[in-house]
Amino acid sequence: MVTAVTNLGRSGLSDWLVQRVTAVILLLYSVFIAWYLLANPDLDYMQWKALFAGTAMRIFSAAALLSTVAHAWIGLWSISTDYMTERMMGDKGNVIRWVVQLGGALLLFTYLVWGVQVLWS
Amino acid sequence: MLQVSVYRYNPSKDDEPYMQDYQFDTEGKDLMVLDVLEQLKARDTSLAFRRSCREGVCGSDGLNINGKNGLACITPLSTTVKNNKLVVRPLPGLPVVRDLVVDMSLFYQQYEKVKPYLINNEPAPAIERLQSPEDRAKLDGLYECILCACCSTACPSFWWNPDRFIGPSGLLQAWRFLADSRDTAKAERLSDLDDPFSVFRCHGIQNCVNVCPKGLNPTRAIGHIRNMLLKSAT
Ligand code: SF4
Ligand code: SF4
Ligand code: FES
Repeated sequence: MVTAVTNLGRSGLSDWLVQRVTAVILLLYSVFIAWYLLANPDLDYMQWKALFAGTAMRIFSAAALLSTVAHAWIGLWSISTDYMTERMMGDKGNVIRWVVQLGGALLLFTYLVWGVQVLWS
Repeated sequence: MLQVSVYRYNPSKDDEPYMQDYQFDTEGKDLMVLDVLEQLKARDTSLAFRRSCREGVCGSDGLNINGKNGLACITPLSTTVKNNKLVVRPLPGLPVVRDLVVDMSLFYQQYEKVKPYLINNEPAPAIERLQSPEDRAKLDGLYECILCACCSTACPSFWWNPDRFIGPSGLLQAWRFLADSRDTAKAERLSDLDDPFSVFRCHGIQNCVNVCPKGLNPTRAIGHIRNMLLKSAT
């Protein structure tokens, strides 16, 4: 068993499952938004705002937002532990990896708070 | 004349690895790549490579031949040579000891991690532990692995994390014991594998399947392990 503490769910299986489920949610959300834009060519602000005011849409959007954060973290974490490592870059690999992980975490957290604010204002 | 280019590196003499070119007369025969290396070695005894059985059984001569991993002894020139060129390098991703000889320690460490032996703590029967023909058939396509390392050293995930990702070869063996009806250590085996590296660094690129000289399918075995983990944990 290899130990890891910065991945999303402690277990490889849970990360893998979360990655798959969030991908499906993001796909459904993207398809829905694309379909909505195409189906409403002369969309105005009021209609757009009304769409996001509905409870179902809020749940869907919040799910997509959380999915983005989880999906991005798992992906970013995998990439940083593949390429930004001591094995690949020597000592500075560790520093670069930590900086990238911390920066990524801050950015995703910002998106999360900001996204919630946009959705619920 | 076949143009042969061989990776050379003798750490006690050379500062850096280099490619050495040879002209080789096949006399119109479709030799195996190993035959070519043997004849080159007869000419130049400093050339180092591993081999033993010369018939695809021992797994010693896994090499990178014209960019693809394979066993030199069962790779005919006709299947690999294009434009009259043969380029032979050591297996990628492992430290080179000398010329075409790599240090396989990391590869074996991963193999060791999966406990590649039958675990059964029930009292041993008088003669032997029996298995039905159907259960025995589940081991086909798994037990044939000769640990040549062609697959693991073709796997990008193994290149980046050879100390943490078990790699296709070790995972094929992990599944070989998980799939064995006589093994009673399934739960321990599974919990040893459920971290983000051991199994889950596999991204299904299938380079392993593409190169296995025994025609085995590590990607499928990895999928079975994942499903088994999923069944036991959800
Ligand atoms: S399928 Fe998995 S194990 Fe095989 S080469 Fe690809 S990443 Fe490696
Ligand atoms: S699975 Fe195939 S390529 Fe991999 S070590 Fe076994 S025999 Fe070699
Ligand atoms: S020499 Fe034994 S497999 Fe090639």
